Amino acid sequence: MVRIYVSSVIEANAGSVWNRIRDFNGLPQWHPLIADSRIENQQPADKVGCIRSFHTREGGRIRERLLGLSDYEYTCTYEIIESPMGVSNYIATLKLTPITDGDRCFAEWSAEFDCEEDIESVLTNQIAREVFQAGFDALKRHFSYR
Amino acid sequence: MALQKVVRSTVLNAPIQSVWAILRKFNSHESWHEIVELSRIESQQQDSQVGCIRAFRLKDGNFVREQLIALDDHSYCSSYSIVESTLPISNYVATITLKPITDGDKTFWHWASTFSTPLNREREFVSLIAMSVYEAGFRNLERYLTFGKESRRSSEFNNQSLASSNVTKGRTVRISQYGGPDVLCPMTEDIGPPGRDEVQIHQRSIGINFIDIYLRRGWIPSMFTLPGTLGMEAAGTVICAGNEVTDFLPHDRVAYMSPTPGAYCTIRNVSKDHLVRLPPEITNEEAAAYFLKGITADYLLRDIGRIRAGARWLIHAAAGGVGLLLCAWAKKLGMQVIGTVSSDEKARVAREFGCEHVIVTKTYTFASHVKKIFGDGADVIVDGLGESAFRENFESLAPCGHWISLGQATGLFQSISTELLLSKSATFSRPVAFAYVATQKQMSVRAQRVWTALNDGTINAPPIERHSLESAARAHERLESRNTVGSLILIA
Repeated sequence: MVRIYVSSVIEANAGSVWNRIRDFNGLPQWHPLIADSRIENQQPADKVGCIRSFHTREGGRIRERLLGLSDYEYTCTYEIIESPMGVSNYIATLKLTPITDGDRCFAEWSAEFDCEEDIESVLTNQIAREVFQAGFDALKRHFSYR
Repeated sequence: MALQKVVRSTVLNAPIQSVWAILRKFNSHESWHEIVELSRIESQQQDSQVGCIRAFRLKDGNFVREQLIALDDHSYCSSYSIVESTLPISNYVATITLKPITDGDKTFWHWASTFSTPLNREREFVSLIAMSVYEAGFRNLERYLTFGKESRRSSEFNNQSLASSNVTKGRTVRISQYGGPDVLCPMTEDIGPPGRDEVQIHQRSIGINFIDIYLRRGWIPSMFTLPGTLGMEAAGTVICAGNEVTDFLPHDRVAYMSPTPGAYCTIRNVSKDHLVRLPPEITNEEAAAYFLKGITADYLLRDIGRIRAGARWLIHAAAGGVGLLLCAWAKKLGMQVIGTVSSDEKARVAREFGCEHVIVTKTYTFASHVKKIFGDGADVIVDGLGESAFRENFESLAPCGHWISLGQATGLFQSISTELLLSKSATFSRPVAFAYVATQKQMSVRAQRVWTALNDGTINAPPIERHSLESAARAHERLESRNTVGSLILIA
């Protein structure tokens, strides 16, 4: 089991940041890596169990199922059903926590998965930097330009 | 009652390992949190030991004891609860969680708690905890991480200086020869720092007991050598404490009774074993007036008298400090009480305090009167009179009775023979209070019973006659004059 953990501080209150990332179908609107996204079977994007199918800018197709969504805890948990990355049992959580001493929030993105040992460090690095950290960086940029 | 919830969080500009190294130590708040004046882990436990208790004093004088209930180095998490506090907060459980901020080597710190408060005081305590404890704590730890220990303004309160090394000056009442009240001489003295297991006390009120007079007269030289200072008990405030003292902190209000005389002074170092912390409802004056006397009443009734309802008690000096407490308590516990006093005025007070039958006598003649009331005599005699009343007391004793010699105001017994006791199958005891509070546990249990009885009205608080420490001689004259009612204390 491989574990990835990336965290950051975003200069906006948790509610605002949550509004931007809550939409399970909204990755292209805020994440620079994602080209397009749709929800399968015409389901609403906040229906737990729905599946998003999206393409990265490099062209890879990924399908992910929403496992949990909490507007109270600002938490979204999902699993990968299909991807070109060579991972299995991939479950990730994106979570925001208010920071009470200022108009900002603490953002955590973590994942656990299995993969072949020879690609483990490359893959871990790639997900941590190009997916999670890149997502946070985009959010930080967005909220600092407001 | 609804639980209040407080959550506060911040970002510290330091790696999680350095923040956790401080926060995982349960007693570290003394070094970095300004609201904490002084803190100790109790019972020599380690400060990362789950279950350990930190006892601390806040700058505003409040006292809190908190227990570490969880500590997790893997998830950087620690939980604790308040087990005792002078603040009216209950069910308080708090959790500190740290998380790494991976894109900056900083630390996210989350501090949350739930608790109950008295009705309509929710806002007050929510704001106290949120702002004065958590938010102030964030700023204090940030500064501590940046500037280190010097960042704390109150550096005088670190562990090394718990016991002040300075010699302080105080007032004392010294005796250089045995004799009358005029041998009591007020003077200034130097007081060194407390020993390792001692507590230095700023004494506010000092109890006067008959034993002080016996010692002054030179009747018990084994207990009191010259030159010396009298006094077995006092109450006041802790100034500082030796390194081995974990249960008392500066500003704690305490009372003590010690078998070593020396209480007639303003500042004294006392072994922690003789100390009890005072509950808020008992004043220093009450503690000095009723501590030794109340504990005397307690062991007389419970240990020696064994609280037999209906038992017939003859209590001499019934309007004195011990007498009034004993009469009132014995009556409440269902005993029959005859008291002897030396004046009508004292008889009135003794009756007021629960003494059913009062005999007024200046000449120590009471036996026929006792037998008139109790038939064949008293089951228990509490005798502070001594030699002059020896015959009368023996006459007053019922068959199989118990004679407790508590003091000998009129003179030491010349002889008490086993043959004499045999003739009534009587028992005789000469107890001393200190034997009944040999351990701190015994002392605190008995003290608590006395404070509770005074507080809930089981026994009325006897009158207190106050004298200044400087006029201790005058106080002794008064006590020996047999004209006082209740307890005498010195105000330091």
